[in-house]
Amino acid sequence: MELLDSNVDLKELQKLQGHADRVWGLAWNPAPHNCGGASAMLASCSGDKTLRIWQMGPTHRLDCSTILEDTHTRTVRSCAWSPCGKFLATASFDSTTAIWKYVGGDFECVATLEGHENEVKSVTWSSSGTFLATCSRDKTVWIWEVQPGDEYDCVAVLQGHSQDVKMVQWHPLVDVLVSVSYDNSIKVWAEDGDSDDWHCVQTLNEGSSGHASTVWSVAFNSSGDRMVTSSDDLTLKIWDTSSAISQTDTEGFASWRHLCTLSGYHGRTIFSAHWSSEGIIASGAGDDALCLFVEEKGNSIEEPSYRLLLKKEKAHDMDINSVRWNPKDQRILASASDDGTIKIWEVREIS
Amino acid sequence: MTSGLCNVCLRNSLPFVDPEHPYSLEELKVVSEDSIEVDDKLSHVRVVFTPTVEHCSMATIIGLCIRVKLMRSLPSRFKVDILVAPGTHETEASINKQLNDKERVAAALENPNLLEIVEECLSPSFQTWT
Repeated sequence: MELLDSNVDLKELQKLQGHADRVWGLAWNPAPHNCGGASAMLASCSGDKTLRIWQMGPTHRLDCSTILEDTHTRTVRSCAWSPCGKFLATASFDSTTAIWKYVGGDFECVATLEGHENEVKSVTWSSSGTFLATCSRDKTVWIWEVQPGDEYDCVAVLQGHSQDVKMVQWHPLVDVLVSVSYDNSIKVWAEDGDSDDWHCVQTLNEGSSGHASTVWSVAFNSSGDRMVTSSDDLTLKIWDTSSAISQTDTEGFASWRHLCTLSGYHGRTIFSAHWSSEGIIASGAGDDALCLFVEEKGNSIEEPSYRLLLKKEKAHDMDINSVRWNPKDQRILASASDDGTIKIWEVREIS
Repeated sequence: MTSGLCNVCLRNSLPFVDPEHPYSLEELKVVSEDSIEVDDKLSHVRVVFTPTVEHCSMATIIGLCIRVKLMRSLPSRFKVDILVAPGTHETEASINKQLNDKERVAAALENPNLLEIVEECLSPSFQTWT
C-alpha cells in the first residue's frame, strides 16, 4: 500500500499503565523469538527507577511480564536491546549502565558499566553487536567493546561536546556513532582506519544548517542513508548520511549534509523522532502531540522534501518523551509520556 | 492564585537576607503578579522573575523552587516556562536554558542535597504572614 496516495489515521490499540512516574524511554526487542518465542516485547524505562517488559500474549495485547527493579538507584532514562534480542542495556541517572541477560524466562543483571561522572542519558548497541555506546551530562561519550563472558571493555572516552550529551545512536549498517547535545550540535564519530582510535569526523552545528537549541534525539532510516534529529528549537531536521555506506576506509569520511527542516508542526520541544522501516517518521513533543511525516516523492531534480501525513493532538495528557516503531510490524508505533503511560498505535489507511 | 504562588520563601544562604527574618519572593520583588502570565485555555504558564542582584548565585535555586511549587500546585496539563527577566542577570541565557530543560530539572531534584534546599524553601513554616 502506497501511503502517499491514501489518507491515514492513528488508531489507539492499547494503553499500558503501571509505571509510577514518567516514562522516559522505549525499546522494541528486534528478535523477540530469542526470548522464549515471544511475538513482541517492549521495554520501557521510567522515573520510578524501574524497567518494565511488556510481552504480547495470545490475545494480541501486551501485558507486563517483568519488572526490573532494585538495581538502579535513580531514574532509568534509556534502554536498548542487543541485535540478538537476548541482552538489554539500561542507562540511569545513577551514572551506571546495567546489562541484563535473558536466562530461562527471566532477566539477570550480568554487568554494570561504570565510569560516567554523573547521569547517563542514553545507551545504544551497534548492529554488528560489537559495540555499546553511552553518553552523559558529563559531556562525554563512552564506547564499550563487547567481550565473551559478558565482559565489557571501555575502548574510548570521547570528549568534544561542550555540554550534556542527550543521546547516542549507532548507524544501522556501519560502526559509525552519532551523538546529540545540549550544546546544540550533532557529532559523528568513527574509528580511524589503522589506529582503532575513535575521533569526531564531523560536527553539525548551527553554521551547518543545524539546530539552534538543544538536540534531544537522533534516528536513522533502515537503509542508513538518512538521519532525523529533533530539537528544543521546535524543528526536525533530515540529513543525508549516504556517504556512510558508499565510501571505503581509504577515502576518509565524506561529510553528511542537511536536506530538509520541518518546522511549525510542534509548539514545544520535540523530544523524540523515529523512522519506520517503511519510511514514515514519527515525532513526539512537549505539546502532547504525535506527528507522522513521509517523503514527498517525484521531485527528482530538487532536494527531497517531507510532508506531514498526520498530526495527533493530545495523543497523551502530558509531554511525549519517546516514540518507537515496532521493527517486526511496521505499522505499529509505541509512545511514552510524562503521564506515566505508554500507548500502542496502529497506522491505518482510511478510505 | 497568583499571590499563593508568590509566597515562596527563601531563607538559606541568600546573602542579603537575615536568616532570622525570612521574606517572601513577592516582598523581595523577585516575582510580582505582573510577571506571571496564565493562559488557562492553552494550559500555559509563564513566570518571569528578577533575581535580587545581577550576579545572584541563587538565581537557579529560585527558579527551581518556583518550578517545583508550580508543579505541585497546578494541574498536570499545564506547561510552565520560567525565565529570568531580560537584562537582570549576567548569565540569563544559561539559567533560562537550565530551568527549562526538564531532564536537567528532574536529575537535579534527585540530588538529595538540592532537594532538601528546595523543600526547606517551600515549607510552610518559612512563609511570612503580616
